[in-house]
Amino acid sequence: MSGKEGKVGVKELSPIDVYKLLPRTNCKECGEENCMAFATKVVNREVPIEKCKPLLKKEFEKAYKQLKDMLEPAVKEVVIGAGDKAVKIGGKLVMYRHELTYFNPTAIAIDVTDEMPEDEILGRVKQVEDFRYEYIGQILKLDMIAVRSTSNDPDKFKATVRKIAENTKLPMVLCSLNPTVLEAGLMAAPKARPLLYAATENNWRDVAELALMYDCPLTVFAPGNIKMLKSLAKTLVEYGVQDLVLDPGTFPGDGLAETLNNFTMIRRAACKRGDDLLGFPLMGVPMTVWLESAGLAPEIVKWREAYLASMLIVRFADILIMHSLDGWALLPNVILRANIYTDPRKPVAVEPGLKVFGTPDENSPVMFTTNFALTYYTVASDIESAKINAYLLVVDSEGLAVDPAVAGRKITAEKVAEALKASGIENKVKHRKLIIPGKAARLSGEIEELSGWQVIVGPKDSSEIPKFLQEKWQTIQSQ
Amino acid sequence: MAEKKKEKDETVLGLKLNSRLLELLAKLQEVELEDFELEAGELEIWFQPGAVAAPVVAPPKAVSPPVKAKPTQILEAEFVPPVETYPGRVVEVKLGRRGGKSVVIGGETAPAFYTFEKPTPHPPVISLDVFDMEVPLAKAVKMHVKDVLGDPAAWAKLAVDKFGADLVTIHLISVDPLVKDASPREAVKTVEAVTQAVDVPLIIGGCGDPVKDADVFQEVCETFAGERFLISSVTRDMDVERCAKFIKKGGQVALAFTPMDLNLARELNRRLYDFLPKEDIVMDLTTAALGYGLDYAFTNMERARLAALMGDPELAHPMSSGTTNAWAAREAWMKMAPEWEPRELRGPLWEVVTALTLLLAGVDLFMMMHPAAVKTVKDVIAQLMGGKSGNAERLVEWVAAKV
Repeated sequence: MSGKEGKVGVKELSPIDVYKLLPRTNCKECGEENCMAFATKVVNREVPIEKCKPLLKKEFEKAYKQLKDMLEPAVKEVVIGAGDKAVKIGGKLVMYRHELTYFNPTAIAIDVTDEMPEDEILGRVKQVEDFRYEYIGQILKLDMIAVRSTSNDPDKFKATVRKIAENTKLPMVLCSLNPTVLEAGLMAAPKARPLLYAATENNWRDVAELALMYDCPLTVFAPGNIKMLKSLAKTLVEYGVQDLVLDPGTFPGDGLAETLNNFTMIRRAACKRGDDLLGFPLMGVPMTVWLESAGLAPEIVKWREAYLASMLIVRFADILIMHSLDGWALLPNVILRANIYTDPRKPVAVEPGLKVFGTPDENSPVMFTTNFALTYYTVASDIESAKINAYLLVVDSEGLAVDPAVAGRKITAEKVAEALKASGIENKVKHRKLIIPGKAARLSGEIEELSGWQVIVGPKDSSEIPKFLQEKWQTIQSQ
Repeated sequence: MAEKKKEKDETVLGLKLNSRLLELLAKLQEVELEDFELEAGELEIWFQPGAVAAPVVAPPKAVSPPVKAKPTQILEAEFVPPVETYPGRVVEVKLGRRGGKSVVIGGETAPAFYTFEKPTPHPPVISLDVFDMEVPLAKAVKMHVKDVLGDPAAWAKLAVDKFGADLVTIHLISVDPLVKDASPREAVKTVEAVTQAVDVPLIIGGCGDPVKDADVFQEVCETFAGERFLISSVTRDMDVERCAKFIKKGGQVALAFTPMDLNLARELNRRLYDFLPKEDIVMDLTTAALGYGLDYAFTNMERARLAALMGDPELAHPMSSGTTNAWAAREAWMKMAPEWEPRELRGPLWEVVTALTLLLAGVDLFMMMHPAAVKTVKDVIAQLMGGKSGNAERLVEWVAAKV
């Protein structure tokens, strides 16, 4: 049966289990104080086990192998593509993010077909390459190109794959259920290590041969039939294909419940029941909504594709294939992905304290905000981009934005007054005028009472700070 | 002048786009609501070794000799749905009016939409926000309600009749001492007007001032005894005992609000238990917008629900989400570079994605704003409740579909 001895859920793995297998010499070569500290970091996946150099010696070979097995993720990590644009998917240790954290954010592939005109193909590839959105110090991007054969013509497919390979280093997903077509595509990019899509109950043998021959990861596709999906996985593993991706089918519309059930059952089997044959990354295909697009406005179909993608990001998908390239539809999803894959163990907060923008003097404005990273970066970028000289007092809100921090009393007048005092700002400016976020307006009276500063309620959104200061600061200051 | 003209054109475009969207969304097929149970038999498959296609690939050119024989037919594997049973159950809470409509939320015995384990006992419901005075609204929202701003009764009617609200939230923000400092009696008049206009269950929203809200809520609870309003909300810094008592006396339901901390949620619930039965409490664990802390909100709610199912009675309450908070994200309302436009679609989609993420964490009641977002979330809930199977034969076509 499935399930492997020795592989335990990440929740059950304790630092002691790891410690017992380490050399236990406290040599500090890994940079930690002792082996126990190292073991704790290993269990939390903060350092790879290979950082213990002595463990890699011949005498510890057995312990190393045992540790490797113990630390193996419930969902296998699969690499798609080659070179520095290669993308890792899967590698999940837990079913729920609060149990540890999710690794390897859901990869998003955008489709092109072998019957699109060349300029459309290249245009779409360029759009994928150029897609970027800056969000809390990260750049959010799209990851791959899915090349679909709608012609079922090997020559056409080959030419299309070649054209794409010449124009981008992004990893590809080659999509056709016809092995001859897939092979033609592989011949055009033999070293690119694309993800093959897909092995089915009808073509698995030939596609497996291709995966072996070209050393490619392979998607298994058995819509609505987990038993078949698992049987195919078993067969392919036995055949020698180690890197699989599972597609249980993304049914749009009425099949949504089944889709979510299948994704959930597979992920639970892998994470909670140690089922190795289902312990592979999951593929979601939100673009299946386009199958039911007849008579609908394209905005409607894009809208449906976008929200289906979001549900799949939340419910365990490791890779998605999408058609829409519209920014309004993709933006919520790349941000959702960044949110869901944020490490819940680390509060997304910045250091509280006084921040200086530009070269403020004793007459410059003083404002405050919270230490939630997103709030802070948003406010900071608004101040910076307007080239304003100002002081910004970052008050510890325990990582909450202004709204919930005020509602939940994480920011109080006392806290603001204390932060003002502790910051030493009173020695830096001669006025005593504090601009507070519009959403903290209700604290104004109390802050005045406790701090002795005059409070001016600023805008509700920091994008209006430049305008606010330009129009009002002179007057405020001279009052 | 040119600026103004441009803005106007956009509004027209936005309206057009959006009303078309609404219209088309409305045309989507209705789905039947029926319980769904996965039959083990559905997962059985038939093996037909002969059906495997003959090899079309040329023999491998350079492949190392196989160590062991490769399988020549599909090796059958067993699959048993990994069903769990949970000791806990979320309490059922009934909201709704004497002689009017009512809804029941909660009652779950499995995580959200794990329908392979247990059917979802009651579909999550949606309440639309109505304000008792003019408030700043995102452009994409405002264009749908501009004719009823400042008229809560007309707004409530529009929300129910046109936008399909299951409930209506009347936000009494004019009572805020920092806004209009309207009296509790005036608040009662507003609520009275709304009760006359619609017959759906009502949520009574306060202004956020812990003292004033208690005064207003008391007046409303006592005047409308037995209406089973949801009182939004009771917070830790209010006089919890006083609130619980007038909610109990008036036969209403408490919405216990806490700021993203399950220990605080448990603590507040414990304080309420001294005066209120469990069936009179719904929890609001705080909703943060997509991109602005949604991950905290999601995980907090998911943990609460899993804890409830694992037998933690202090978290075994239906969950409500102030999904309208999605509009606090600047990406929801702000004009951005052309590649991210139109915001008339981006904004409501922001609300949809925030809602659906939390739907999957276990939210039972959504407080929402944009009609297209409401329509979409309702459709998704109906699809999830319907539990029909997908069409596998048709699905295979996506690979080669011309779209």
